[in-house]
Amino acid sequence: MSEPHGSPGARIAQAFASARGVAALMPYVMGGYPTLEESLRIGEACVGAGADIIELGVPYSDPLADGPVIQEAGTRALAAGASLGGVLEVARSLSASVPVVLMCYANMVFAPGVEAFVARLQRSGASGLIVPDLPHGEAPEVLAACDSSGLSLVPLLAPTTTPERLAEIGAQARGFLYVVSVLGTTGERRELGSSAAQMIARARAASDVPVALGFGISTPEQARHAADAGADGVIVGTRLVRAAAEAQHPAEAVGALVAELAAGLAPAR
Amino acid sequence: MSATKQELLVEHRFGPYGGQFVPETLMPALAELELAWRSAWADDSYRSELAQLLRDFGGRPTPLYRARGLSERVGRSVYLKREDLNHTGSHKLNNALGQVLLAKRMGKSRVIAETGAGQHGVATATVCALLGMQCVIYMGREDTRRQLPNVQRMQLLGAEVQPVDAGSSTLKEATSAAIRDWVANVQSTHYVIGSVVGPAPYPAIVRDLQRVIGEEARAQMLEREGRLPRRVIACVGGGSNAMGIFAAFIADEDVELIGVEAAGDGLDTARHGAPLTAGGRAGILHGTRSAVMQDEEGQILQAHSISAGLDYPGAGPQHAHLRDTGRARYLAVTDEQALAAFREFTRLEGIIPALETAHAIAWVLATPDGELDLVCLSGRGDKDLAQVIDRSDT
Repeated sequence: MSEPHGSPGARIAQAFASARGVAALMPYVMGGYPTLEESLRIGEACVGAGADIIELGVPYSDPLADGPVIQEAGTRALAAGASLGGVLEVARSLSASVPVVLMCYANMVFAPGVEAFVARLQRSGASGLIVPDLPHGEAPEVLAACDSSGLSLVPLLAPTTTPERLAEIGAQARGFLYVVSVLGTTGERRELGSSAAQMIARARAASDVPVALGFGISTPEQARHAADAGADGVIVGTRLVRAAAEAQHPAEAVGALVAELAAGLAPAR
Repeated sequence: MSATKQELLVEHRFGPYGGQFVPETLMPALAELELAWRSAWADDSYRSELAQLLRDFGGRPTPLYRARGLSERVGRSVYLKREDLNHTGSHKLNNALGQVLLAKRMGKSRVIAETGAGQHGVATATVCALLGMQCVIYMGREDTRRQLPNVQRMQLLGAEVQPVDAGSSTLKEATSAAIRDWVANVQSTHYVIGSVVGPAPYPAIVRDLQRVIGEEARAQMLEREGRLPRRVIACVGGGSNAMGIFAAFIADEDVELIGVEAAGDGLDTARHGAPLTAGGRAGILHGTRSAVMQDEEGQILQAHSISAGLDYPGAGPQHAHLRDTGRARYLAVTDEQALAAFREFTRLEGIIPALETAHAIAWVLATPDGELDLVCLSGRGDKDLAQVIDRSDT
C-alpha cells in the first residue's frame, strides 16, 4: 500500500485509483459498537480483509436515514458510552491504514459549531465527511469548512434526485458521489434496484469524482453486480453491523464477510 | 379570510431557524409539496371544499366563550376559543383536513402521520375515512398505553396504528418512524405532519391551516368586546394550536403572546419538555433548526411531560424566532400544576380540557394580573381521564 500524501481528501481519490478489486470496497463500521475497542478491532479486521476506504458511523439519537439494524447499533453504542471523541480516536487509528470517511448526522456537526467540528475531524486524520441529513441547499457552510481543511464533503444522490439537483450536487461533489441505490433507509435488500446502472451513469455524467453505490448491498454477488453496473466503489453497511450484533466474535465475523466481499470484487476470476 | 387576499408566504426560514435537514430522497417530495400547496391555496375549488368541510364536517366556526367560573376565579375576563368543540375533539382537524385534501389533490393514495396524544392521529384517520385514503399512524409504544382510547378510535376508523419501540417510545420516536416510512414510500405517500415542525414547507403550511383559529377568535373578540385581547395564551408542544392562534395577532403589537410549555418534573430537572423556555443552543430535529433539548455533543435528549402532546424535545422554528425577537414569551408549567389546573378548571367551568390545554389554563390560574385574556382551549380531555384518575389518589 502506498503512503498517504497530499490533502486528506486526495487520499480518497488515491484509494479509488489503487483499489485492489474492480471497485473500491467500502465497509461501514458503527463507531463505538458494540464497544469502542471492539469497533476499532472491527475496523482493523475490515482493513485486513481488503477494505479500501472505511465509512465510520457516529452513533446518533435520531438517525433518520438509517434502518432498524444501524439504528439499534447506534442506540446501543450510545448506551455503552460512545462519544464523538471516542469515535474520532477510532478514526485516527484506522486512518493510519486507509482513508476514513465519517458518517455523522447534521445536528452533531452544527452543535459545536461547524468550524470547530471540521477542525476536530481534520485533527483525527479522517479524509472526508458524509452528513445524511444535510442536502445540497443546507450544505454551503459545511462545504466551505471542509474545503478549507482539505476534507471531502461527500454528497448523497437518491433515486428521486431530479436532473437539476443532480447537476448542482455533482458540481460540488468532493471525494466521491454516494449513490443511494434504493428508496428508503439503510438495510439489506434481496435485489439491487434494476435502475442501479442507470443511476450510476447519471451520477458519472454529472461529476468528475468516483461514484460509489450504497444502501441495500449485502452479498458478494450484489457487490459484483454494483461494480459491473459501473460503480467505482461499493458500500456495505447493515450486513456487517448485523454480523457484529449476532456474532460471538464481532471482528472475526465482520472480517470474514469483508473477505468474501473482496473476493466478489476480485479482478480475475 | 384575510390570508386569501395576501400573497401566500411559504417561509423556509424564520430568522436563523427552519430549513430542510432531510435525506436527499425527500428533497424532491418537499419541492413537490410546496408547489402543490401554492397551487391549492390559489385554487378556489380547494379553498371552498376545505371551508365547507371545516364548517359542515368539522363544526367551524368554533365558539368564543367567556369562561364564567374561571373569569370569576381570577378576577378578569378570560375568553376560551373552543377548539375542543371541533369534530374529533381538538384543533388537529383543521390541519388534517387541509393536508389530506392536499394529498388527494397530489394523487397520493396513502397517508401517514405521527401522533403523541393521539389527537392528530385521530384527526388524520378521520379525514382518511372521509376521503377514502389508506392511513398509517405511528405512535410511541408508551403513548399507545397512556392514550388507549385514541388508539381504539383510530383503529375503528380504519387506520393502521404502528407502535414505535425506540428511545422513550413517545412523540419524538413516532415522528422519526414516520419520516423513515416517508423516505421509503415517498412516491405513493403523503406525510401529514401534525405540528408546525419538520422541514420547510411544513411549518408554514401547518400554521396557515391552523390560522383559522386566530382569525375567527380575533373577529369574535372584536364583536364581543369591541377590542382585542390583552394577552393570547396557548400551550406549546410542537406549537400548532399556539401558532394558529398567534398568527392572527402577530401584527397587533399591543397583544401579548404567551406560549406555555411543559415543565414536567421541573425545569431544574432533566425531565421536562420546554426547549423554548429552557433556552440553550439551537439544534436540528426532524428536518428543522429550532429550539431543541440536546446534550453537549448534539444528541437529542428525551423530553418528559405528563401530557403526551407536549412530550417533545423540539418546537416549531417560528416559535423560536418569535421568542428571540421578543414578540412572544414562553414559559413552562409542571405536571403537578397542570394536573391541579385540569381538576380545578373542570369543576369551575364544566369543561374537561386536554392535559395539554391544562398547561395554558394553569398559567392563567397562577397569574394574578391582567384584564382580558384569550386562551386557546385546544382540545378536550376525555382521552386523559384514565391517566388523571390514576394520579388523583396520590
